[in-house]
Amino acid sequence: MRVMAQMAMVMNLDKCIGCHTCSVTCKQAWTNRAGTEYVWFNNVETRPGQGYPRTYEDQERWKGGWELNRRGRLKLKGGGRLKKLATIFSNPIMPSLKDYYEPWTYDYATLTDAPAQEHTPVARPKSLISGKDMKIEWSANWDDNLGGSAATAANDPVLRKISDTVKFEFEQTFMFYLPRICEHCLNPSCAASCPSGAIYKRAEDGIVLVDQDRCRGWRMCVSGCPYKKVYFNHRTGKAEKCTFCFPRIEVGLPTVCSETCVGRLRYIGLVLYDADRVLEAASTPDDHDLYEAQRSVFLDPSDPAVVREAERAGIPRDWVEAAQRSPIHALINRYKVALPLHPEYRTMPMVWYIPPLSPVVDVVRDTGEDAEDERNLFAAIEALRIPIEYLAELFTAGDVAPVDAVLRRLAAMRSYMRDLNLGREPDGSIPAAVGMSEEEMYDMYRLLALAKYDERYVIPPAHAEQAHALEELATECALDYEGGPGMGGSGPFGEGSGTPTPIAVENFAMLKDRQTSDTVAAPDRSGRVNLLNWDGKGTPQGLFPPKDEP
Amino acid sequence: MDVVLWVVVPYVCLTVFVVGHVWRYRYDKFGWTTRSSQLYEDRLLRLGSPLFHFGILAVFLGHVMGLGVPKSWTEAVGVSESVYHVLAVAVGAVAGFCTLVGMAILIYRRRTVGPVFSATTKMDKAMYLVLATVIVLGLANTVIANVFGHYDYREGVSVWFRRIFRFDLHPELMAEAPLGFQLHGLAAFGLFALWPFTRLVHVFSAPLGYLTRPYIVYRSRDDQQLGSHTPRRGWERTR
Repeated sequence: MRVMAQMAMVMNLDKCIGCHTCSVTCKQAWTNRAGTEYVWFNNVETRPGQGYPRTYEDQERWKGGWELNRRGRLKLKGGGRLKKLATIFSNPIMPSLKDYYEPWTYDYATLTDAPAQEHTPVARPKSLISGKDMKIEWSANWDDNLGGSAATAANDPVLRKISDTVKFEFEQTFMFYLPRICEHCLNPSCAASCPSGAIYKRAEDGIVLVDQDRCRGWRMCVSGCPYKKVYFNHRTGKAEKCTFCFPRIEVGLPTVCSETCVGRLRYIGLVLYDADRVLEAASTPDDHDLYEAQRSVFLDPSDPAVVREAERAGIPRDWVEAAQRSPIHALINRYKVALPLHPEYRTMPMVWYIPPLSPVVDVVRDTGEDAEDERNLFAAIEALRIPIEYLAELFTAGDVAPVDAVLRRLAAMRSYMRDLNLGREPDGSIPAAVGMSEEEMYDMYRLLALAKYDERYVIPPAHAEQAHALEELATECALDYEGGPGMGGSGPFGEGSGTPTPIAVENFAMLKDRQTSDTVAAPDRSGRVNLLNWDGKGTPQGLFPPKDEP
Repeated sequence: MDVVLWVVVPYVCLTVFVVGHVWRYRYDKFGWTTRSSQLYEDRLLRLGSPLFHFGILAVFLGHVMGLGVPKSWTEAVGVSESVYHVLAVAVGAVAGFCTLVGMAILIYRRRTVGPVFSATTKMDKAMYLVLATVIVLGLANTVIANVFGHYDYREGVSVWFRRIFRFDLHPELMAEAPLGFQLHGLAAFGLFALWPFTRLVHVFSAPLGYLTRPYIVYRSRDDQQLGSHTPRRGWERTR
């Protein structure tokens, strides 16, 4: 047994209202730079839908993740080492900007500069890639709330899998949101695809990061990741991905997407797992067994043997305690309501989801029946085969049984808690019907419905004795680096070249710089202001009409 | 004059090449990348980039053979001058032609595809100019000098080139070479001097280690390093 700790997340899809606050705050924190306009470390997809980038789940086309070869051993679906090197000059399975979208801004200056005229001036969309006028045709959430889905949802790779005869009416009764970040997999295929070895998994907390100094821009990670959550910064020529907000996690704060989540649907905590068994679990022959296989890799942090091994592996005591209180461990292994996203990619993803029951409840309610009665709900779960199959394609490689069990558990909780809330005698047979005790059911309810900040986010900070090694803590002067304070902008070899700047200084200097110098296409020419980055201070050139000289 | 052209210039360029790379690697690891533009456009790239890169790899190997391996060695293993000549011209011409066509496609793409053009730096433009000159001159030498002329570069240019590294200077070997070879050599040394300051540095990142390393890389926080950047010299941690 080789115990390792992994920082993981669970999202409760029942609570997601699709407000995109997580996406926007993440973008403001991490990808509001030139070159990352199209990059969404966090995005929210409407399901059914094509996702972002379009149809990324169609692995016959994009060939992300792992598959088993004839001898039952894992191999990269996009081809092994030799094939990767042979296609390095032009990666045939890399999505192009068309599969994402062409980012744009608006020509706001015309709104203030236009002379008096009969018609209201119009701010035209300008491409952030070419700087030219453009026609907006797609974006990161273009099919939000099923917009235009009559034309596009048929392309949903998950929908195509479940049935050819699916009538499209069901989408009107069955729609939900799927917020996605990097899965920080136990068996990351992006890292395995990287020719330079620049993508690594942190031994302490399992966060998968790109070493920006070692990345050489070979682009193999972009096609290697089945979730398409590694992006290519087209200005710096380096790969970038979700960092699980490691500077925040290191000091015990939740990620930005979790912190700002309006529905409070995200949970963060530690999971202890047996690193020696990851490969074996990822090589499970039957896709349907992958969910159980991954669950079996996780260790019970209360087991004295595990605690002993964890100590031997150098995991600090308070980390083990945090793992014992971890909401992730509870949701995955104790209550068994969280499921992994696309386990069939065999990357052992570590951001799990509680599938949504509310569409089922809505269907029952629409029929006029009691939508909180467990018999009605169980019957509806039985009857709604197609939506359940859809969820199964997302979370259990098409195996309906685990999804069914989760939804039943959520339905049982709903009707059991109604009796309690109305002051009626609780019915112990309801939890028993889904194999839970009354106490367990109440605890699950607490965790899903009431859990406060420190119960949802059980994040042990990195240790004080390691403080100086942390990547973001300001234990040295933030301005103490080559080039001195306020250095920003571009080095001699294109944007971002030169010695790396500490993260905090970079943000400060970059915001300061971009406030005045962000043009449509190139940040070095003045004239256009990115309003998203303007904090209301100063007078960026081009934002205001010229002052009249006194 | 010969000494300046065939002794001073090569040494200056090679020094810039070596020192430049060391400096660039130390100063600008973050800027050390291929600067791929595949995201912007991939139809022309899919054609041009493999054509160019595989072509230039073959050309490089050809130069290793022609410049690096003495004539006596190939003859010792039984490859006669005429066989070598035919092989070199045939393979060289094909590889050079592929390189040239690939490069033409790539330059056309760079100029006509808007986003790719606006991502082109001044250094890129200068580098393309020199690189194209070197390739065109080289191909011209292969075709013209070998088909119409009878200059045995393996007894002239190659000897001069090898002896540069042994500090055994023979500028007269180069001075006797045909003009085409002289220009090609000069342009090539120009390219070497430019190399560390362009995107060409990605050649030295050819990821051969990928063939042997384990798939998943684990890394611990580095206790020796303070903060997210390598400490400056003299400011490393002492324990």
